[in-house]
Amino acid sequence: MPADTTIGTTAVAALAELQPEPGIAKPDPILIADHVVRQFGGLRAVDVTHLEVQRGAITALIGPNGAGKSTFFNVISGFDTSDEGSWTYNGQTITNTAPNTLARKGLVRTFQLTKSLSRLKVIDNMRLGASGQTGESIFPAVFKFTWGRQESEITERAMNLLERFNLAAKAQDFAGSLSGGQRKLLEMARALMLNPDLIMLDEPMAGVNPALKQSLLDHIRDIREEGTTVMFVEHDMDMVRDVSDWVVVMAQGSIISEGTPLDVMRDPRVIDAYLGAHHDSALTESGQSLTESTSKEADA
Amino acid sequence: MDFGFILSQSLTQAIGVTAIIYCLAAIGLNVQFGYGGLLNFGQVAFVAVGAYAVGATVISVGSSLWLGVAIGIILAIVLALLLGIPTLRLRADYLAIVTIAASEIIRFAAKSSDFLGGAQGTTGAIGADFYALNPLPEWDRFEFGPISFTRVDMWVVLVGWCLIALVTLLTWALMRSPWGRVVKGIREDEDAVRSLGKNTYLFKIQILILGGVFGALGGMMSAISRGSVQPDGFVPDFTFFLYVMLILGGTARVMGPILGAAIFWFLLVFVEQVLKEGVSSGLITFISTTQIGPIRFILVGVGLMLLMIFRPQGILGDRKELMLDAR
Ligand SMILES: Nc1ncnc2c1ncn2[C@@H]1O[C@H](COP(=O)(O)OP(=O)(O)O)[C@@H](O)[C@H]1O
Ligand SMILES: [Mg+2]
Repeated sequence: MPADTTIGTTAVAALAELQPEPGIAKPDPILIADHVVRQFGGLRAVDVTHLEVQRGAITALIGPNGAGKSTFFNVISGFDTSDEGSWTYNGQTITNTAPNTLARKGLVRTFQLTKSLSRLKVIDNMRLGASGQTGESIFPAVFKFTWGRQESEITERAMNLLERFNLAAKAQDFAGSLSGGQRKLLEMARALMLNPDLIMLDEPMAGVNPALKQSLLDHIRDIREEGTTVMFVEHDMDMVRDVSDWVVVMAQGSIISEGTPLDVMRDPRVIDAYLGAHHDSALTESGQSLTESTSKEADA
Repeated sequence: MDFGFILSQSLTQAIGVTAIIYCLAAIGLNVQFGYGGLLNFGQVAFVAVGAYAVGATVISVGSSLWLGVAIGIILAIVLALLLGIPTLRLRADYLAIVTIAASEIIRFAAKSSDFLGGAQGTTGAIGADFYALNPLPEWDRFEFGPISFTRVDMWVVLVGWCLIALVTLLTWALMRSPWGRVVKGIREDEDAVRSLGKNTYLFKIQILILGGVFGALGGMMSAISRGSVQPDGFVPDFTFFLYVMLILGGTARVMGPILGAAIFWFLLVFVEQVLKEGVSSGLITFISTTQIGPIRFILVGVGLMLLMIFRPQGILGDRKELMLDAR
């Protein structure tokens, strides 16, 4: 592989050397989770022994429905409280820290069920993402001269992002008037207003039409090129293979496999987990697609 | 039927002191509920605190009205903190339950407190310091077309509307700012706003305080203008009328509560006067004068139902915006 200095490619190169096994240490982890448990009654929705997320890489989190992916995201990002465990971000312990505190530290997440602020304009959704706004304190807020200049800087940054996400024409519309796919885009763009170090996207492509999906993949790659670590949940194996540098597979709350997309798709435990989750007809279909993609990769 | 008289009575009420009191409290509720989505069902508690603060300071303690005003504002802040700190981290409905309970607790506590005048309330020259400042010429009446006020009422109404203008200006300035954007964001989806790094809890406490202080100002105006504070003026109905005014005028609109309060009192008095004249002139025979009170509320209720059917967004609201929620 030709030497390249961008963060993304070095991170990818480092990952390619690793042994594909659950809980393996990464050369430069941005997030480390230990013994994270979240129980709902008798159900251990999340039971992750050890997970490290490589800085500068795109990590996909996959697994059958109900595997605990969203719950894991919720716990890590402070929207849910763990029963056990601890986790660090950039070397700092952030176990059960409030989500707003985490967001200000650069750990930002989006939601599986989109949370666009319907009765706010698209541009105001974006502006809300900017941090350190003087005008968000109640006393300066009364006097526009204290925040007007900052507001125009924020607006400019917001418009640039909207441009990138093909939403600039919608800037003055209410966010509630956007289509489902556009809302996904808006939520992602809004999260980028915080200049995150680590962005966690929960099913960013759910409900997005195929044409838009391709551009979403490009956006995710762009985010990595700008130095942001990406972790995302996705069901479509083709998408995962296309974009991710590393894949983590969850089933029944635990991590059952980790590795490059190619490694993971060859892993019999992964195929089992997917087969176990889908019954009958769906079973053979997904089984086929998993083996097919594997053989395609092997041919290439 | 003397429509000139009826109209002048109704218009006077629409801009009179009662409308002013409700208007101030409704502006506060608009900040909390209209912009911030907080379900405050006990706004009347803040009105009571404002009224009793000036009433007790002047009458029971014998101190100055202005001290009472300061105490009223401080107590409104304290009440907002007491109500908000334990509930605003929880789901939205907890605030609703706690506020309605608190407003009744305050009313009953005042009723049984000798210091606050018990069931009779506090009566006396509460507003003396205020009326002493009246700079208006010594005319008998101040007339504007069909509307007229006595010199004393004119002074109250003048100050009242200046207060409303001030509070409205403040609300407008805040709601166009980034602070207001966070507040509106909280109304739409608090978790989304938290995911963007905002401490929503602090913002919710701030709007509870701000709206509460506006309500307390209304209470002070009521005590000053009436020269008395009656515990049974602070029943939960008060808060529900505020919601009616908000919905009538249009929630989350700067001018919504002003228009709502004025129209509400105009209609209430207009219907009452028409019925009264009708009964006394023998045009309406199927009701008696004592039934007019309840019947006007029934008619206002019917009017509200019609409003909800034909203009659910209120007079100033934007229907398109309202429908965005009907996903
Ligand atoms: N708030 C909750 N209360 C009870 N059970 C829950 C709750 N949230 C998730 N679960 C359960 O936890 C498991 C994991 O859910 P989730 O994390 O949403 O899965 P995924 O995102 O991988 O599809 C599921 O069995 C789900 O039913
Ligand atoms: Mg999920």
